[in-house]
Amino acid sequence: MKLPPYAELLGLTVEPGADAPVLVMPFSGDVVGRPGFLHGGAIGGLLEMAAVGALLQALEAECGAKVKPVNVTVDYMRGGREKETRARGTVTRLGNRVANVSAVAWQDEEDRPIAAARMNFLIVR
Amino acid sequence: MSQSSDPPAPPRFDPRAFFALRFPNHGSRLGVAHRDHGDDWSELELPWRADLVGQEETGVLASGPILALMDMASSVAVWLKVGKFLPHATLDLRIDYLRPARTGQTVIGRCECYRLTRSIAFVRGQAHDGDPADPLAHVAGTFMAAEGYW
Repeated sequence: MKLPPYAELLGLTVEPGADAPVLVMPFSGDVVGRPGFLHGGAIGGLLEMAAVGALLQALEAECGAKVKPVNVTVDYMRGGREKETRARGTVTRLGNRVANVSAVAWQDEEDRPIAAARMNFLIVR
Repeated sequence: MSQSSDPPAPPRFDPRAFFALRFPNHGSRLGVAHRDHGDDWSELELPWRADLVGQEETGVLASGPILALMDMASSVAVWLKVGKFLPHATLDLRIDYLRPARTGQTVIGRCECYRLTRSIAFVRGQAHDGDPADPLAHVAGTFMAAEGYW
C-alpha cells in the first residue's frame, strides 16, 4: 500500500495482514489535541486510511479501480492517550459500485477500541 | 457611594486568541486558523498544502484534514455557545464528502452548535473552498462534557 503525503504527516506505517493491513500511528506532538490526548481529527484520519487500505487490498486483483469516499461516521469511545495507535479496516460489502467498510482503532488491546468508523465508498472501475 | 455590586464578567471564550496563542498540536500542524465567529458558530480555515494531499496525482486534499478541520470548528462553536473553554470529547462525527476540494484552494469550515444540553452539544456545519453555496462537505456531530456544560 503506497501511502499519500497526508499519511506521512500522521507518521503512519503499514503492517501487512491477510485480510487487511494494520496502520500504525506513533504518538507525536503532530497528532495531539488537548494536552495528554490524541486529536479526534488525527484518529479519524487514521481510521479513514485504514478503511481505504482494507478496500484497496480487497480490490487488489482489479488494478486501476479507484475509490472515492462518500461519507464517514466516527464513534469516539475512549480518549486516545500518549501512545502508539493501531487501526484496521474490514470490508463488510464489496459491490460493483459501492463498498461498505468499517474500521477500528485501538491502543493496548484490540478488543478495547478507542474509536470506530463506518465509511461508504464509490468504486470507479 | 458608588455602586460596584456586579463582579466583573468572566472573559468570554475568544477563538481568535485561542488560535493565536495555542501550543503546537494537530491543528497547528495542519495549519488550521481562525476566520470568523459568532455567539454559537465558528469559521476556521485550512490552507491547501502539499503534505495534506491524499491523491498525489491530482493534488486533492485527503479527507482526514477536512475531518479534523470540521471537528475543530464544531468544538469551537460549542465553546462559543457555552461561553467558555472546557474540556469535552467528540462522541461522534459524521461527514458527507460532497465533492473533492479544489487543488490549491483554502478550505473553509463553518459549524454551529444548534442545541446545547447539560451533557451533550449538537453541532452541524459545512465546508467550502470559496463559494458557500457550493459546499464540499457536510458535517453533523455530538460532543459530551464529562462534568457537564454548566
